[in-house]
Amino acid sequence: MTISVDVPKDSFRLSQLLYDTRYRSLTIQVVAFILLMLSFSWLVSNTVQNLSALGKDFDFGFLSTPAGYDINQRLIEYSSQSSHGRAAIVGILNTLLVAFLGCIVATVIGVLVGVLRLSKNWVVSRLMAVYVEALRNVPLLLWIVLIFALMTESTPQPRDFREGGSASMLLGDTMAITNRGVFIPKPIWHDGSMILGAIFVLSLIGIWAFRRYARKRQEQTGDILPVFWVSLGLLIVPVTLFYFVLGHPVTLEYPELGGFNFQGGLQIRNSLIALWFALSLYTGAFIAEIVRAGILAVSKGQTEAAFALGLRPNRTMNLVILPQAMRVIIPPLISQFLNLTKNSSLAIAVGYMDVRATLGGITINQTGRELEGMLLLGLFYLTASLMISSVMNIYNNRMKLKER
Amino acid sequence: MTNANLSYVREEMLAPQDPPLGQTGVIRWLRENLFSSWLNAILTILSVWFVWTVVSHLFPWFYNSIWSGGSLNECREIRDATLGEGASAACFAVISDRWQQLLFGFYPSDGYWRPILALFLFLGSIMPVLFAALPRKLLLGTAAAPFVLVWLLWGGSIWVAVSVALGFVAGFIAYRVVSSSIGSSLLAILAAIAAPILYWSVLHGPVSGAFSGIIPIELPKVQSKEFGGFTLSVIIGIAGIVLSLPLGILLALGRQSNLFLIKYVSVGFIEVIRGVPLIAWLFTASLLLNYFLPPGTNFDLMLRVIIMVTLFSAAYIAEVIRGGLAALPRGQYEAADALGLDYWLSMRLIILPQALKISIPGIVNTFIGLFKDTTLVVFIGLLDPIGLAGAIRASTDWQGIYWELFIFIGLMFFIFCYSMGRYSLYLEKKLQREHR
Repeated sequence: MTISVDVPKDSFRLSQLLYDTRYRSLTIQVVAFILLMLSFSWLVSNTVQNLSALGKDFDFGFLSTPAGYDINQRLIEYSSQSSHGRAAIVGILNTLLVAFLGCIVATVIGVLVGVLRLSKNWVVSRLMAVYVEALRNVPLLLWIVLIFALMTESTPQPRDFREGGSASMLLGDTMAITNRGVFIPKPIWHDGSMILGAIFVLSLIGIWAFRRYARKRQEQTGDILPVFWVSLGLLIVPVTLFYFVLGHPVTLEYPELGGFNFQGGLQIRNSLIALWFALSLYTGAFIAEIVRAGILAVSKGQTEAAFALGLRPNRTMNLVILPQAMRVIIPPLISQFLNLTKNSSLAIAVGYMDVRATLGGITINQTGRELEGMLLLGLFYLTASLMISSVMNIYNNRMKLKER
Repeated sequence: MTNANLSYVREEMLAPQDPPLGQTGVIRWLRENLFSSWLNAILTILSVWFVWTVVSHLFPWFYNSIWSGGSLNECREIRDATLGEGASAACFAVISDRWQQLLFGFYPSDGYWRPILALFLFLGSIMPVLFAALPRKLLLGTAAAPFVLVWLLWGGSIWVAVSVALGFVAGFIAYRVVSSSIGSSLLAILAAIAAPILYWSVLHGPVSGAFSGIIPIELPKVQSKEFGGFTLSVIIGIAGIVLSLPLGILLALGRQSNLFLIKYVSVGFIEVIRGVPLIAWLFTASLLLNYFLPPGTNFDLMLRVIIMVTLFSAAYIAEVIRGGLAALPRGQYEAADALGLDYWLSMRLIILPQALKISIPGIVNTFIGLFKDTTLVVFIGLLDPIGLAGAIRASTDWQGIYWELFIFIGLMFFIFCYSMGRYSLYLEKKLQREHR
């Protein structure tokens, strides 16, 4: 006996749009789309009306007009006659500068504190716990303002450095901490410094090649080469040698007291220092927790297995624990870097000229282009974070454990 | 050779010997914990030295602290008179002089009881949510709390708040009536949306006016710009926290959704919000929002900030919850489908309880971040504690003071954030079901 299953060939009824799961998703999406478009066009028409009421248009031409304001810290040529666009680029570079410096110091602090917090040493681990909790539970803005106040109010004025003054320079008269910033020696690049730079790059390539060779050799023969010492030698020896051979192509210009301020040398403004240190200390506390969690995430059995295989503690750490911990640590670490970059917009509290201060601050105030300025500012941050998060996604996919 | 009765085995137990001195008590603990290796010993000595330096500087500073005086100079005079020239002494007189401002901003001083009462009411109303042991009927009080709190803080007639609340009741009743009489959940939801809107637009004014006429219960009105200090931070923080959680859950579900449009709208929203720092969003709220709204609308800056902060942290919460959703085994979703539950039921009964449990630490971290971020409102002209600290430091009386102010503000934030973190640890422990 055969059973024929006839699919009832009902004609399409309107109620199926609501009650049939095959069609319902379509209905929902169409309704959502209509609502979305309606609200979008409502916003746009409001904006158009408001702009025309104010007599403004939507135009990015202001980017090429002269800015007319000065920026006290610049990494590229800039004067008040330069365009608003160039001012924005100076601001972007300043943002990237403080983000870069901050990421490095925050990573160093974070790794140190995270490892020390796991130490069996009771005093040290308590101290690090206090550091982490104190930094994480108090707003970043407060730290920035506090460090800035410390730098400006409790450091000596430049005139105190004169003969018989109350303050003196540090590190053999090469560095001065004043309420106008920290003055450090400035490297001067003479002829031949390019060659020195090229040699430095070459030795970096040499280190990379040597490491590759050492790994291959270890895989094939089992011999272990002293990678660390050879790398260190490659890094230091050629550069030092050529530094003397080429006749000191790089010299230092020391800051000297002249008039009411220090002349020469490199001035690191208090605004940069406050922002840099506050960001590093704050993000460092978060990174410390990430590092701690990453190391704890590797189960104890892994260590025990490595010991059972006869690996020494050093190699256990390098070959077994760290590679597994890194899988857990890297993604949140990168998102902390991203947070640090975004938090650098708190520069506004200390008057550091980052992109928010130039493009999103003075330029907007001078030209009255709030819409365009904020749009560009948002786009800058958005591109930066999307780029970093796509890098992270690639990493995650490569590192994913392959399961079923 | 009949020595069989000779025993070579000791018949009575010896009392155990004391362990060597180095293996017991304090000495052992010190050796194992502080001086197990050279590196450890150096670290110990360094950190003990560090702690000693800090304490030896801070203790006299705190111990000698001066709590009376109207300016920094007066403080110094008192110090010089009592402790001698240049002694180390904190001048907490700035706190006793300005604490009202730091806590309440420019809130009218005869109404200070209102924010305080509101805080206690809030804490009381949140208890049944936080601790499941309390009777469930208390949740009714929690539902009423938002209206009472808003009335308490901003003042006006109580009947306005009651009447607004009645709108929600109307919506609830409409939902019940329609769903029981017609049985269509879609129509019921539509009714639940339509009823309050109708009520608010037609009946709200007359109802509240009539009741105010009969039994006038009023508090003096307070403008939003008079709020400041910790009152402002706490209001923005709490409003943001309460509103962003449901929105975050919806966004996370949207991002996981099978519906193409819903999914990509959620993804776009989350990524755009998260990609741009909060400061930029706050400036958008204060500079640009007027462009996007119909000409002539102008609404409260504080409300704008609350909306922005809510959207901002909702995007972060959505990502945290997405992590929780992704961490659930596929079998849970499939089991829910196999039971024949529809989407919302399976989410409410099976998926979300587990996913939210996993994401508790992340959610609380986001809340802590939100609360700390409320300090950023200073840049768009609201006076939060840090803004007020700047104003105090700029005044002639207190020019040059910073440690005392920042310690006070930092401590207040620390107490709030640390207790939130502790609660999340408690919740995690309580909800732990796996045996480890």
